Amino acid sequence: MSTANRFVADHVAGLPRSGIRDFFAIVSQMKDAISLGIGEPDFVTPWHIREAAIYALEQGKTSYTDNRGLIKLRRALSTYVEENFGMSYSPDTEILVTVGVSEAIDIALRAVINPGDKVLYHEPCYVSYHPSVTLTHGQAIGVPTSAEDNFALDVDKVIAAWEPGVKVLMLNFPTNPTGGVTDRAKLERLAKFAVEKDLLILSDEVYAELTYDGQHTSIASLPGMRDRVIFLHGFSKAWAMTGFRIGFACGAPELIEAMMKVHQYSMMCAPILSQEAATEAVTNGAESVARMKEQYHRRRDFVARRFNEIGLKCHAPEGTFYAFPSIQSTGLKSMDFCKGLLDAEKVAVVPGTAFGPSGEGFFRASFSNSYEQLITATDAIERYVGGLG
Amino acid sequence: MNPVLKLLLEGEPLSTEQMGQVLGMSETEVAMELEKLKDQGTLLGWRPILNPALDDDENVRAVIEVKISPEREGGFDRLAERISKFDRVESCYLMSGAYDLLLVIRAENLKRIAQFVFEKLATLEGVNATATHFMLKAYKEQGYFIARAAADEDKPAVSP
Ligand SMILES: Cc1ncc(COP(=O)(O)O)c(C=O)c1O
Repeated sequence: MSTANRFVADHVAGLPRSGIRDFFAIVSQMKDAISLGIGEPDFVTPWHIREAAIYALEQGKTSYTDNRGLIKLRRALSTYVEENFGMSYSPDTEILVTVGVSEAIDIALRAVINPGDKVLYHEPCYVSYHPSVTLTHGQAIGVPTSAEDNFALDVDKVIAAWEPGVKVLMLNFPTNPTGGVTDRAKLERLAKFAVEKDLLILSDEVYAELTYDGQHTSIASLPGMRDRVIFLHGFSKAWAMTGFRIGFACGAPELIEAMMKVHQYSMMCAPILSQEAATEAVTNGAESVARMKEQYHRRRDFVARRFNEIGLKCHAPEGTFYAFPSIQSTGLKSMDFCKGLLDAEKVAVVPGTAFGPSGEGFFRASFSNSYEQLITATDAIERYVGGLG
Repeated sequence: MNPVLKLLLEGEPLSTEQMGQVLGMSETEVAMELEKLKDQGTLLGWRPILNPALDDDENVRAVIEVKISPEREGGFDRLAERISKFDRVESCYLMSGAYDLLLVIRAENLKRIAQFVFEKLATLEGVNATATHFMLKAYKEQGYFIARAAADEDKPAVSP
């Protein structure tokens, strides 16, 4: 037994490793598996954005930047957020450029959580939410969402989950992994609840542009909400820029200043080349985003329809590039279904339980894939499900 | 835009059956849509896009700039259409600028192209001048890169 374990901090040792990582390891060993398990775009970053990064490199832009990020990027973000989300933030004091939404979540939590503070979040959700709270010595409280409700947040459940000591509510719409969105009326009720309980909201809207039916609404744009919401967004998804690791946070000056302190001492600044690329993306990227979105949209319609035909009940995800079909008809546990599918048909999908306990009975299939792969994979899933009977 | 056409333009080679699957239409419905697109003259035809460097026939390609005299009736159309009729002419466009027509032509070898120019093209009544440019190397063909991208070994097969 390795004794170096004694050096690992208790709260880190306590983080779940879960079977998911092992499952991922099996998938990556398998050479010719078709993977619908990828949580990123299958497009490469549009060339005009890559080219901006190359140009910046040629120009010798290799320095640190202002801790908050390049001023031209913050100005462009301010305009973009105002035009597309309806909130107005000052580039000087209310916008912070981060290393992806991942860092933004981390530093937002570190900036506001005192040990023992409680954080409400809805699940199934992105894998990092719960551990990020644990790492700040906060206590994460999951609120389940369900397929009956198309994975929109049930406000009554949020209210019921509240307990003394809750300080933060984390939201993610459209949601990874369910593709759920939440309409304005529900957001208004959530906003009212947040005011009543004096909660701070962290709103991760990294999939906002990839909303297929109807208009995306940010809770930060509702009257009176601006100063109790930290709006988190990034370039990974809609602009296909995962590897650039670039995102940003907007909020009240005091909150951004607090996040800035954590950011300044831990990260210093986001990489300048990624900031240059992001400036191009946010200024001139609308056409590229629209083109990719249109393709996701068509793939979504296909995939959701196919899962329903196969007998795996699946709501058409209103956003993201994930479908979250139910496997309850098969009677299998998510992990067993996914392992079985991988063994039998060499198709990888992610067990719903990777995203929280209420993901049991579902799997996540990413439709950020070619039609041919999607057709082959859904046909294989059909065979597999048929063979279970 | 017609959904069948949109899907075609995305460029992924799919059978009519697969297109039907993607679009939630029957194979017959897709075939009918395609027929309609042809009838309307929107969809002119189907060709594979080949890598010119790997073309076994060692075909030579050239673009030819052609100056022609417009006619009182019909302008450039009659002559342009006449020139277009030669099999070797793959494309023919009326251009603004220093010349009138731009032809893309293909032949088995250089001599054939030269022959086409001085026997067929330059001798036509109304053709005043030609300038032939041979293509040396292709870098991108109708939206496809010739250089193959390296396989993406580092992208994880599953990610959260
Ligand atoms: C909901 C959600 N938030 C944040 C992230 C991380 O994004 P970034 O690449 O900007 O760190 C992801 C990535 O999968 C995500 O799905």
